[in-house]
Amino acid sequence: MTDTTGKTEAMTPLWEVFIRPRNGLHHRHVGSLHAADSDMALQAARDVYTRRGEGNSIWVVRSSEIAASDPSFAEPMFEPADDKIYRHPTFYDIPDEVGHM
Amino acid sequence: MAAPDNDANHTAFRALLELADDCLVLGHRLSEWCGHAPTLEEDLALANMGLDLLGQARALYAHAGEIEGKGRSEDDLAFLRRERDYRNCLLVERPNGDFAVTMLRQLYFAAFMEPYWRDIAESSTDADLRGIAAKAQKEMAYHLRHAGEWVIRLGDGTGESAAHMAAAATELHRYTGELFMASPVRTEAVAAGLLPDPENLREAWDDTIATVFRTAKLTAPEVRVHQKGGRDGLHGEDMGHLLAELQFMQRAYPGLSW
Repeated sequence: MTDTTGKTEAMTPLWEVFIRPRNGLHHRHVGSLHAADSDMALQAARDVYTRRGEGNSIWVVRSSEIAASDPSFAEPMFEPADDKIYRHPTFYDIPDEVGHM
Repeated sequence: MAAPDNDANHTAFRALLELADDCLVLGHRLSEWCGHAPTLEEDLALANMGLDLLGQARALYAHAGEIEGKGRSEDDLAFLRRERDYRNCLLVERPNGDFAVTMLRQLYFAAFMEPYWRDIAESSTDADLRGIAAKAQKEMAYHLRHAGEWVIRLGDGTGESAAHMAAAATELHRYTGELFMASPVRTEAVAAGLLPDPENLREAWDDTIATVFRTAKLTAPEVRVHQKGGRDGLHGEDMGHLLAELQFMQRAYPGLSW
């Protein structure tokens, strides 16, 4: 193709794809693709990501619309949680009758 | 099994072959795009649609082979007939051309087959065929939507894409009349209740195409003489090349399996 990357990106921007495997589960990010608009992105997502029965619902969102945390600020963001082991509910004795929680 | 009604079976067999050949040949055309489509997304989409059609062809050939009762398998029917014995319409054998031609060909075919499968699923006297039709109708509904969206975006896109769509319409529109022409065998199948009359679909097809073309800012070309001949086994010169590739493996290595 003679197209430049810039032109391709402008005509068919990047979309993030989320698939829900079954009713009752939540949509999970599965990948991304290029498409001209949301209708075409949904069709492309169907053709690229649900060929083996992976789901029954698709969301697409423009990648540029996603706000992401700053990797260089990851330590202040996430490390403070590392030593708060009491936040994990592993210190309780759960009666057998309760079963799996 | 009771002694078959030979005339009725012969009609059903040949009527099913027409449908199966349409699906096989168009499916093969779409498979030619594999690895060559303009984008990865569309490469997968075209192959997906090709596989839908191949699946429909397989089911139809297998069913036709049972009705014929001579022990011919789906492979025998798909790969081991001569060109004149294929009864697909000319539209489906037209070369892929550019992406606009491929998408418009798909739109024309799907706009006919989606409602036709729906009618078959509701009204055919053949329970197996009703089952094949119910599955195929859903597949063609997606082809119709996918091809329609592309025709709209290309027709109402850039000057260049609009020119390609207009050229595709000029090239292909004359092959659409054959979709509605009932061959003698299909006329018999309609009379027997096996298939609905394709003529009933003309208005719906015209509406579908008019809606897409209006949105795409395209004009349907005026066609004076519609091309026909496929149902009589009279194909264009591209058909031989298609069959050479389609049949090569089974001709070179008869009975090959893997």
